[in-house]
Amino acid sequence: MKKKAAWTLLVLIILCSVPLFIPSGFVMDMVIQVLILGLFAVSLNILIGYTGMVSFGHSAFYGIGAYTLGILLQKTSFTIPMALGAVVVFSAVAALIIGFFCTRLAAIYFAMLTLAFSQVVYAIVTKLDSLTGGYQGLIGGIPKPKVNLGFATWDISLFSNLYIFTVIVAVISLLLIKIIIDSPFGCILKAIRENPQRTSYVGINARRYQLIAFVFSGVFGGIAGALMAFYVSGAYPDFIFWTTSAEPIFMILIGGLNTFLGPMIGALVLFLLTTNLKAHAELWGLVLGGILICFTIILKKGLTEFFYGSNLSRWLGNFSRSTFGKGQDVR
Amino acid sequence: MDLVAIINCMMNPSSLIMLLVNTLKLTMLLFLLASGLSLIFGTLEILNFAHGSLYMIGSYLTYVAIKRMSGYAFALVFVCLAMAIFGFLLERLLVRRIYGASLFYQLLLTYGLVLVLDDVVKLVWGSEYLTVEIPQIFQRKPIVFMGSVTPFYSAFTIVVGAVVALFLWIFFTRTKLGKTISAMSEDQEMLQALGINVPLLYSFVFALGTCLAGLGGILSVPLLSAYPGMGFSVIIYSFIVVVIGGLGDIRGAFVGAFLLGLVKSMAVIGFRDYEELAPFALMVIVLVLRPQGLFGIKHA
Repeated sequence: MKKKAAWTLLVLIILCSVPLFIPSGFVMDMVIQVLILGLFAVSLNILIGYTGMVSFGHSAFYGIGAYTLGILLQKTSFTIPMALGAVVVFSAVAALIIGFFCTRLAAIYFAMLTLAFSQVVYAIVTKLDSLTGGYQGLIGGIPKPKVNLGFATWDISLFSNLYIFTVIVAVISLLLIKIIIDSPFGCILKAIRENPQRTSYVGINARRYQLIAFVFSGVFGGIAGALMAFYVSGAYPDFIFWTTSAEPIFMILIGGLNTFLGPMIGALVLFLLTTNLKAHAELWGLVLGGILICFTIILKKGLTEFFYGSNLSRWLGNFSRSTFGKGQDVR
Repeated sequence: MDLVAIINCMMNPSSLIMLLVNTLKLTMLLFLLASGLSLIFGTLEILNFAHGSLYMIGSYLTYVAIKRMSGYAFALVFVCLAMAIFGFLLERLLVRRIYGASLFYQLLLTYGLVLVLDDVVKLVWGSEYLTVEIPQIFQRKPIVFMGSVTPFYSAFTIVVGAVVALFLWIFFTRTKLGKTISAMSEDQEMLQALGINVPLLYSFVFALGTCLAGLGGILSVPLLSAYPGMGFSVIIYSFIVVVIGGLGDIRGAFVGAFLLGLVKSMAVIGFRDYEELAPFALMVIVLVLRPQGLFGIKHA
């Protein structure tokens, strides 16, 4: 525990002092986006990597977080901590409802159902014109009220303060996820991933644990969405669209399934790809899809794990055999 | 929700027939997609996220075939063959590599395919909606029966769908090849020991599924036109259909498609505002009552 706190403090100090040494807007933008996207991916990795449940509808929570924060700050006089609290509550409730239906099912149905539910959230949000702005999204900017720290007020509308705020919230969220994963609760999740049947024979209600994991995942996904809405000062239906659900999966694939911070590397790769491909937006899907296909086929494991134990040569042998051969190794 | 409108529609024979025709038309289009998805999952144990994109490719190929070639029948055969070959190559080059891999990798590979195919379509045909007219041979007087009016093309769609359903049923229950494929999902090692070329059959099944998706594209393109990203809207519906019916079961795909078609065409009459949400409501109801789907086998 002490070790984790020390590490967190160190990371916070380093990240917060980045603007002092490299005063460039690009770097700050990069740190913020990678942290938010990374948090989003790590929150999904609670399900995919640690519990073994492939959710394809994580954008639902990203969107719910973003819209909750945006609407509350725009239309009511909520303070930022209150709004963040509301984000946690709303995403938790949504995750509880969606998870109730989805965790009843076998893995394959789970993936399809989570996707379907994110589509339900998308349909509802685009339908509630007066509240969410429909297809246009929540435009007109999200106000950034000053945060009362007790001894002073903190003006978040300044970019440098916004940066520090985002870094603190994201890093603390990551710390909380790490604590959850390392706790006995997290160990049970891993046991469920390895063998759900055996876990339930030990007397553990696997479904209940899966549901709790789903709620945790949803809450942190919601926080990531809220941070993004706050940062870009708006919330858009795109946040809930299925392509957004695919991004964290992409990051997890690149970073490796079973590493805690692996998805952060994935987030960095995705961010760099996006910025470099902006001029060729029409090729975005082609590149991303191509990378996905290659990674799945060649690595099946993700970069971080690939460097630990490579089986490239064995793979090359299998590749030629499975393309042209007719015998073994089909399944 | 306007129950009165629905009941009125049910009481009147002509409007009841129209509702039924509309339902069946949707059923057949959904069935062509869902049966391929279900077939591929049942035998290959791959959840093909890109199935909707295959349907999209089918639609675009139909557009090309009808514009460039003379004769609808010829275009139809061309698209079916092209789709089967495309499916075969796809299986040999990509899908084959992830047999037995966890669901995560299956979703990723097929999702990568969705992105790539969407962009390829955009690069080749642009991102506008491409419309195809209903072919000449179907531009006839609608069929009038007991005061109901059925467009000729809708009738044709229903007939084709019914024929395909019948064909699949006979194929899997009466022919040797079909039975071999069913056996393959049980124990493929045993089949190999008996000297059956299992990898070739795998390719065949994937090609058949692709062909069915392409057929769905052929039939629907005059009704719904072709555009990039069209695959996504149908893949969600196909998922709903197979979730309702139970994955891996062709009968389930048919029943699921019928239920979804019914809900969608009733929504147009009685609860238009909830048209988008109604299919999900249907799915939730089925899942609460029977989590493995109507025809599914209970998993652990």
